[in-house]
Amino acid sequence: MSTRSVVPFGPHHPVLPEPIHLDLVLEDEKVVDVVPSIGFIHRGLEKLVEKKDFNEFVYIAERMCGICSFMHGMSYCEAVEHIMGVELPPRAKYLRTIWSELSRMHSHLLWLGLLADAFGFESLFMQSWRIREKILDMFEASTGGRLIFSVNKIGGQRKDMDNAMLHGFVETLGGIETELREIASTFLGNSAVNSRLQGVGRMTKEQAQLYGVAGPFLRASGVARDTRELGYDAYGDLDFEPITADAGDCYARTQVRIRELFQSIDLIRQAVAKIPEGGVAVPVRGFPKGEYMMRVEQPRGEAIYYVKANGTKFLDRFRVRTPTFANVPAMIELMKGCQLTEIPMLVLTIDPCVSCIER
Amino acid sequence: MSLFTFVKTEFRNLFSKPATRPYPQQPKQFMERTRGHIENDIDLCILCGLCARKCPTGAITVNRAEKTWTIRRFSCVQCGSCVEGCPKKCLSMHQSYTQPGPEKTSETLRKPQPPAAPAAAGKSVS
Amino acid sequence: MAESSSDDSMNLVEIRPESLLNQVTELKARGYRLVQICSTTLKDRYELTYSFSVKYDLLNLRFTVAEGQKVESISPIYPSAYFYENEIHDLFGVPIEFMTVDFRGGLYRTAVKAPYRLKSEEDQEGGGPK
Repeated sequence: MSTRSVVPFGPHHPVLPEPIHLDLVLEDEKVVDVVPSIGFIHRGLEKLVEKKDFNEFVYIAERMCGICSFMHGMSYCEAVEHIMGVELPPRAKYLRTIWSELSRMHSHLLWLGLLADAFGFESLFMQSWRIREKILDMFEASTGGRLIFSVNKIGGQRKDMDNAMLHGFVETLGGIETELREIASTFLGNSAVNSRLQGVGRMTKEQAQLYGVAGPFLRASGVARDTRELGYDAYGDLDFEPITADAGDCYARTQVRIRELFQSIDLIRQAVAKIPEGGVAVPVRGFPKGEYMMRVEQPRGEAIYYVKANGTKFLDRFRVRTPTFANVPAMIELMKGCQLTEIPMLVLTIDPCVSCIER
Repeated sequence: MSLFTFVKTEFRNLFSKPATRPYPQQPKQFMERTRGHIENDIDLCILCGLCARKCPTGAITVNRAEKTWTIRRFSCVQCGSCVEGCPKKCLSMHQSYTQPGPEKTSETLRKPQPPAAPAAAGKSVS
Repeated sequence: MAESSSDDSMNLVEIRPESLLNQVTELKARGYRLVQICSTTLKDRYELTYSFSVKYDLLNLRFTVAEGQKVESISPIYPSAYFYENEIHDLFGVPIEFMTVDFRGGLYRTAVKAPYRLKSEEDQEGGGPK
């Protein structure tokens, strides 16, 4: 006769980058049910549209999350630009693409470090973040800030990267690529690491499509869907294929994210080779009126930004559906039936960004 | 599949210098574009108040009656909107960050009074 | 594939609240996945927008409800919908019934219940922190 006990996981836990609370219902070390509870970082940012005019709201949109910050600001600007019918200069689109891909790289490296820390491999964690420091230095050199860039505005970009800076970045990325291959061989080739990752949290293709998940979590189960294929910004001019894996477990998700790192380096090289000359911003006058849903590929998956404007300087509604929000129900399903020791691995495998869930 | 994939990196790290800097003994080298804090050249400032209107956090207060320009250092998010919007270009972004402290400081700059003009002799306006 | 103008790409369909479950069942049969459920506070009503997608196309269903009007949950059809519906219930106070997993207001820990709800007279007078 097994008894049920409830173990609280979080909000403070060494493995969690941000606070989330899960009540785990256990029967002797096996998890049978999970009850989530969120709201520890709820700041009500969506309600601030009533108080901040739509030009100033960029600064709030980009502060929703530290890791996905650039794309939040960029997508908000793109949604408002679509409503107002603003045509961006091509150089601005390429700059946005380059900064987006650099953001993706820094986010994946952050996740790789946290994953290594979660199973106790501190040296690998430090090595991943050492590579990430080089990317943060690139951000500081081009935008002035390491995580919050404040470089997006409605109508384009506030700063430019001249060709000398861009070519310097491509050279640094060459060095980063070599270091990445070394840590990739540890993540994917080391038997001790693999025993913690393989077979854990397996999700089939049908389950992934039923629960509507997004991002590498989805692509590791074999579904080739990547919102960058919509061709927003400069992605229409670049060549790439969505990266998928078939196993659907934690190992497959690590594989997908590491391959996406190399794909991002390739995309940045393509973009720097093709970037046109020109201005980086256009003047914008008037107020937006209308609504639009902008979809972008954040590092964690497909994010949807819904902006509704009514012709005054305050917006009616700004709603973000972040990929982590879509992945949490699937994560809870995966947890049912696993062992208690696998819980940190399963929480990290969706790459949770709890600030994005709660805004 | 092997167990020794990380050994090469470990040996290299063992025999090379550390990746971290002994801060604060060795101060941070800032980059050219780093957004650290705002400075105002009060002699050029005309106290128009555009910076206070553009500031998204409301960190800047301009008092034309008392001729002061105040910035709350810990409310400033270093976005640079004030620098871009200033018509006299007296605001500038500098690289070092505000030092941490036990309370939220604010800095007030007072516009100096112009020296009294000598009594005008000569033409009178009729 | 280029994005079309703001009016076309949202692909908005206004429906009656009673026909929600029928429309959603038909979309599920046609292979659509649930993307998001969004609630907007209008002057005196709540406007609910359900977004669905197949491959890269987006389709939005929209209807409005008055304060206190009940909405039926679509979580029996799309299992992950309970998360979005609990959020709408916790933040806006829209009563959604028959959710497969119902937290009864316990999902979001906020100091004020339903912080995004329609402004009533008490809210106008009390005011809040700026």
